Amino acid sequence: MSDDAPLLQLRALRKTYNAGRPNEVEVLHGIDLALMRGEFAALIGPSGSGKSTLLNILGLLERPSDGDYALGGQSVRALDDDGLSAMRQRALGFVFQFHHLLPAFSALENVTLPALARDGHVSPAVRERAMALLHDVGLAAAMQRKPAELSGGMQQRVAIARALVLQPALVLADEPTGNLDTASSDDVFALLRRIHGEVGTSFLIVTHDPRLAARCDRVIELIDGRIARDEAVPRAEG
Amino acid sequence: MAARRWPPLGFELRVALRFLLEGRFQSLLIIIGVAAGVAVVAYITALIGGLQRNTLEKTLGAQAHVVLTPLEETVAAARPRIDGETTLSDTQARAQRLRTLANWPAVVAVLERRPGVVAVSPMVAGAALARRGEATRSVNVAGVELERFDRVINLGRKLVDGSLRLAPGEAIVGVTLAGDLGLRVGDRFSISTGTREDSVRIVGLVDLGVAEQNRRTVYVPLRSAQSLFDLAGGATRIDLSLDDVWAARALAAELARELPAKVESWQDTNAQLVSALNAQSVSTTIIRGVVMVVVVLGIASVLVVSVVQKQREIGILRAMGTTRAQVMGVFLMQGALVGLLGALLGVLLAAGMIELFTRFVKGSDGLPLFTITLPPRVALQVALLAWVAGVLAALAPARRAARMDPAQAIRL
Repeated sequence: MSDDAPLLQLRALRKTYNAGRPNEVEVLHGIDLALMRGEFAALIGPSGSGKSTLLNILGLLERPSDGDYALGGQSVRALDDDGLSAMRQRALGFVFQFHHLLPAFSALENVTLPALARDGHVSPAVRERAMALLHDVGLAAAMQRKPAELSGGMQQRVAIARALVLQPALVLADEPTGNLDTASSDDVFALLRRIHGEVGTSFLIVTHDPRLAARCDRVIELIDGRIARDEAVPRAEG
Repeated sequence: MAARRWPPLGFELRVALRFLLEGRFQSLLIIIGVAAGVAVVAYITALIGGLQRNTLEKTLGAQAHVVLTPLEETVAAARPRIDGETTLSDTQARAQRLRTLANWPAVVAVLERRPGVVAVSPMVAGAALARRGEATRSVNVAGVELERFDRVINLGRKLVDGSLRLAPGEAIVGVTLAGDLGLRVGDRFSISTGTREDSVRIVGLVDLGVAEQNRRTVYVPLRSAQSLFDLAGGATRIDLSLDDVWAARALAAELARELPAKVESWQDTNAQLVSALNAQSVSTTIIRGVVMVVVVLGIASVLVVSVVQKQREIGILRAMGTTRAQVMGVFLMQGALVGLLGALLGVLLAAGMIELFTRFVKGSDGLPLFTITLPPRVALQVALLAWVAGVLAALAPARRAARMDPAQAIRL
C-alpha cells in the first residue's frame, strides 16, 4: 500500500435500520468518500442528516448495510466482532461530545487505559508517552486527578490524549467542543490543530459549529444521508 | 494478539477492582452479604458436625461398633410343608438360654486379622442380682478381658474412682449402682446368678455416660463370669471396634454371611439415632443450598444494576478496542472478587462465632456442651463454593455487558 492510497475509502455505502420491517428506514444512501493520511476534515450537516451513523460506521461501532468500507487498505466487511475490536485498537482514536472518561480512573490512568486493554499492563514507555501527551495538552499538573475534579475543557483534553496514546492513523471526534463554552471550545480546537500539525494523524471532526468547520482543511457536508458538499477550505494567509 | 497480553487478566482485574471501589457502598454491602452467607454455611456445617461427632462419641463410647452373639435357637418345623395340602400347626418359640459362641477363640483370631478392625473383645454377659446387706439390684454382669475390652470402649477414660484393673475376685461397677448399694472402692458385695453366687470387691467406679448403664453395669474378669454363668471356657458375645464407625453396617453384613453368628452393627441397634443424624445432614444441606442461592442472587442483582449504570463506560471501553470477552471478563472478575472477599470475611466471621459458642454456651458443669471446630477442609470448601457462586452470579450480567451494542452505549 503506497502512501498516497487513501487511509479510508467508502464506496456506495448504505445504512438501513429495521430492515424488512414496516419502520424500515435508510439513513445513508450510497456514500462515496475517501480520506487521505494526515487530513484534517470536518463533517457537518443538520440533525438527522446521518452524521452520527456515518461516524459510527467509520469508527467500526456499527456495520454498513451495503457498500464497502476499507480502512488502511483493508476491507472491514469480513471482520468479526473481535476483528473490529482489534482494528479499532490499532487504527482509531475516539473523542466524544461528553468526554466519556471513566470516573474511577485518574486522568493519567484514563489515558493509559487503551494500552492496558491491549497489553494487560501499562509499560513504562506507554506511561511516559501518556504523561508527555498530558503535558502536551496542558494537564501536567492534573494527571493524578479524577475526572470529577476536572473542568469540562480539561476532561476533553484528557479524552484527546487518550485517543492519541496508541498512535492511531485516524482520530474520530464527535462534537468534541459541543458542550464547552466558547473560550474552552476554542482552546480545545486549537489543541486539536496543533497536535495534528505535530503527529500527522488524520482527524475527522463532526461539528455543528460553522466557525470550527471553517478552521478545518476540508469540509464534508451531509444532508439527508447524501454528501451534498465536499470541498477544501481556502486558507486565509497569516 | 491476545497471547501477548501479560499478566493474562491484568486489564480485567484492574478495571474490576476500580469498578468495585467506585461503588464502594454497594460493593461493601454485597461483600458483607456474601460473608454472612458464608459464615452461616460454615458455622452450621461446623455446628452440626460437632453435634453429630459428640452424639456419636456419647453413643459409641459405651458400646461396641459391631457385636457378635450366638444365633437364636429356633424350633424346627414338625413336618415340611407340602404344596396343596392344608396343615394346621402351631410352633412355640423357645426360651433363649445363655449360650456360648461356637469356637469363639478361633473367631476372635480371625476377626483380629481383619482390616479395619481395631479391637476385638470376647465377653460373657448375663443378668444377675447384686446384693449387699438387704439391698438388691438387678445387674448386667459382663465378664471381660480388661485390656481388650478397654480398647473397645475406652473404659479408662470413664473411670471416676479407683483404678483400672481386674484381678480374680474384683469388679468395676457403674457409679449409680455403687451409690444404690452404698458401696465405695474397696467394699465387697455379692453377685448371684440363681445357680451360683460369688463375692467380689470393687476396685473401680465408672461413669458410662448413660444412666441405665451406670445403674446396672458390673464388670468382672472373663473367667469369673464363665464360672458364675456355668459357661466354662465360653464367651457369649464378641465386641468389635472399627477405625471407621460408618463401615460397621457393611462389615456386620459381611460377617453375618461368613460366620454362624448373629452380627449387629451399632446402626442396627441405634436405628433412630442414625435416621436423626441423617435428617440433620439433609437439613444442613438444604440450608446450605438455600443460603448459597440467596448469595448468588444477591451478587447477581448488584452486578445487573452495575452493568446498567456502567453502560457508557462499557461503550467507551469497547470503542477503545476492548473485546466482548474482555468486557465479560471485567464483570466475571467483579463476581469472583466479591465472592473471594466475602468468603474470606465469612470464614473469619464463622471462626469468631464458633469461638463465642465455645466460650459462652456451656453445660451445667461449666464445660462446653461439646466442641465445635472449623476444619480447614470445610473452611476451604465453603470459601471455594462462595467463589464459584460469585462467578456464576456474574455470568448473566457479564454476558449482558458483553453483548451491549457499543454505538448505543456511547450515545446514552
